[in-house]
Amino acid sequence: MIYLDANATEPLRPEARDAAIAAMAAANPSSVHGPGRLARRILENAREFLGAQLCARPQDIIFTSGATEANALAIHALGTGRPILIGATEHDAIRAAAPAAVILPVLPSGPVDPEILAAELKAHPGALLCLMAANNETGVLHDVATAGRLCAQAGALLHVDAVQAAARAPQDWLALGAASFAISGHKAGGPMGAGALVLAPAYGENLSPLIKGGGQELGRRGGTPPLPAIAGMAAAFNAAANPDISAYRDRIAAFCESRGAILIGKTAPRLPNTLCLAYPDIRADTQLIGLDMAGLAVSAGSACSSGKVAQSHVLLAMGLGPLAGQAIRVSLPWNFEAKHVLAFNAAYAAMLDRVLHARPSATTDTRKSA
Amino acid sequence: MKIVVAMSGGVDSSVVAGLMAAEGHEVIGVTLQLYDHGAAAGRKGACCAGQDIHDAKRVADKLNISHYVIDSEKKFRDSVISAFADSYAAGQTPVPCIACNQHLKFGDLLGMARDLGADALATGHYVRRIEGKTGAELHQAVDPARDQSWFLFATTREQLEYCRFPLGDMASKADVRAEAARMGLPVAVKPDSQDICFVPSGSYAEIVGKFRPDALEAGDLVTEAGKILGQHQGIARYTVGQAKRLGNAAVNDGEAMVVRKIEPQTRRIIVGPRQAASRHVQLRDVNWLIEKPTGPIHARVKLRARQDPQAVRITTNNDETSLLLDTASIAAPGQAAVFYDGSRILGGGFITV
Repeated sequence: MIYLDANATEPLRPEARDAAIAAMAAANPSSVHGPGRLARRILENAREFLGAQLCARPQDIIFTSGATEANALAIHALGTGRPILIGATEHDAIRAAAPAAVILPVLPSGPVDPEILAAELKAHPGALLCLMAANNETGVLHDVATAGRLCAQAGALLHVDAVQAAARAPQDWLALGAASFAISGHKAGGPMGAGALVLAPAYGENLSPLIKGGGQELGRRGGTPPLPAIAGMAAAFNAAANPDISAYRDRIAAFCESRGAILIGKTAPRLPNTLCLAYPDIRADTQLIGLDMAGLAVSAGSACSSGKVAQSHVLLAMGLGPLAGQAIRVSLPWNFEAKHVLAFNAAYAAMLDRVLHARPSATTDTRKSA
Repeated sequence: MKIVVAMSGGVDSSVVAGLMAAEGHEVIGVTLQLYDHGAAAGRKGACCAGQDIHDAKRVADKLNISHYVIDSEKKFRDSVISAFADSYAAGQTPVPCIACNQHLKFGDLLGMARDLGADALATGHYVRRIEGKTGAELHQAVDPARDQSWFLFATTREQLEYCRFPLGDMASKADVRAEAARMGLPVAVKPDSQDICFVPSGSYAEIVGKFRPDALEAGDLVTEAGKILGQHQGIARYTVGQAKRLGNAAVNDGEAMVVRKIEPQTRRIIVGPRQAASRHVQLRDVNWLIEKPTGPIHARVKLRARQDPQAVRITTNNDETSLLLDTASIAAPGQAAVFYDGSRILGGGFITV
């Protein structure tokens, strides 16, 4: 099995695994005794390390169960009483937490339309804008710098969902004007179960919690922190990136395009590891199942609890119409190797050949349009 | 062989998956998600699977076969639920299970199975596929209480070649449950599904009203002579041949009335005596599972799912297929008329008048 679904979860990095195992037997970091102090050291070391990595003060980092909670906390703490604007291609973690939000359309290439963003910020004074740094399905990067500048001009707050970008295309989001951003441990190669909301100093204190509980995280997030997942997250962010990954991505893209696939978001800046490939007239689930049977783990659309492959709201928002149901996501993990390029390309070609052979009329159609 | 098994999460299709795996086939379990269970339960946009999908996944896991959930919500809404409502609004009585078999199971799912390079599609239907001299034949199930052949008449001969129905030879449902228990499947004791899957409350009129509110508008109950006997609360609540829910129109001149005709344009429901039944029935969208007959043939026909077949003479002229029943009957437009020769299904069509 070749794993190509890093945007769902990165394979666990060995250094993250070691750190998590080391923290597994820790005591409760809130306890006052010696073992408690040792546990607190693990927790605060992770916080300080992440602060240095993410250009934030340690005290402005709130550990959560994951990025869904971090995003929900940001919308609750920063968005209450404000109009909320969100991009049309945001993740469900944002969309579901802000059901009444104004939806900002995206350009056909993927990023939010800056003209419309400026106009909507004017039309909704004092808004909270939620914008993802990188899209999970296409890898398209949004222009956070421009969004930050426009928000500052309009007196709006900016929250960045940095889940996919934090370890793959990091930026100093607070310096670009964000009031907060959300990260996830397992999307960086840590264990599942931890994420964080990182805030600008002006918003880090006196933040209104979603979960009060025992006053952990300076009263901003109740509940005993999951030390193994947090220690693993910090270690994952310390691990080196794969320098060749965008070259592998481009080799796969070039091959698939030569076979008639359409590379979604091709003209936009994108994450180094993500490809969204549509093939006209072949259902996304047929492609996904065919590749899975050949031992290649890819995905399509946003994962849903039922496992069904739904039509992608992201691709629909980009105006792709029927292609929105005919696209797969190939997201290369940190441990991707050169030999996997050939294996993927061969399996992709075999999948296409099998489907197109089963219905010869479709072959001619798609070859023509491609 | 590589076989795609349509798994609903119920005991029947779970046993099919288990039987196919036990025979050594490469089994790919597929469950069609037909509607958003979150929305059905009133939780908008919940994007969640119902218990049935959960069960199908657990069964596949237990059998150690691969399993996928396919989003068929739009197709199901358009070609089954919406068509169901339209049919009622046109004064007919649809059979949504036939539409689902036609468009989803033996339509999209079968197409996908071919795309995946599978050699066959197996389902948990209680019918038999028998290899005949001129190709695959469709026969009633061994257990008459479970036979579903009436619901499968629209399967084309080409589709039938590709399909497998391992439960058709089972002596009884109890045997299927025993098989499930023997395989250690958690669904062995799961209750049978009831009626129409997308009408959990049993109030199909409510669903029809959502798509076609006009089908629930009040109208007159009249005799064939035009005498108004009462009012009804929507043509969707009536089927030709029905004697219930007629109120004041249930009896006219001392004679019991049944629905004889439904006029969607005027929203009139015409009642008349049951004795005035007819021997003539016209069909549309006829599907033949034998070579299309060139002259009239004698066979037996079922005009409803649960009915003993009766003798019939079937005449096909160009696109017109008409039946001459031995015994006069009241046929409900929209229902299926399915032709049998012994246990074999010869074909069938939808009743127009």
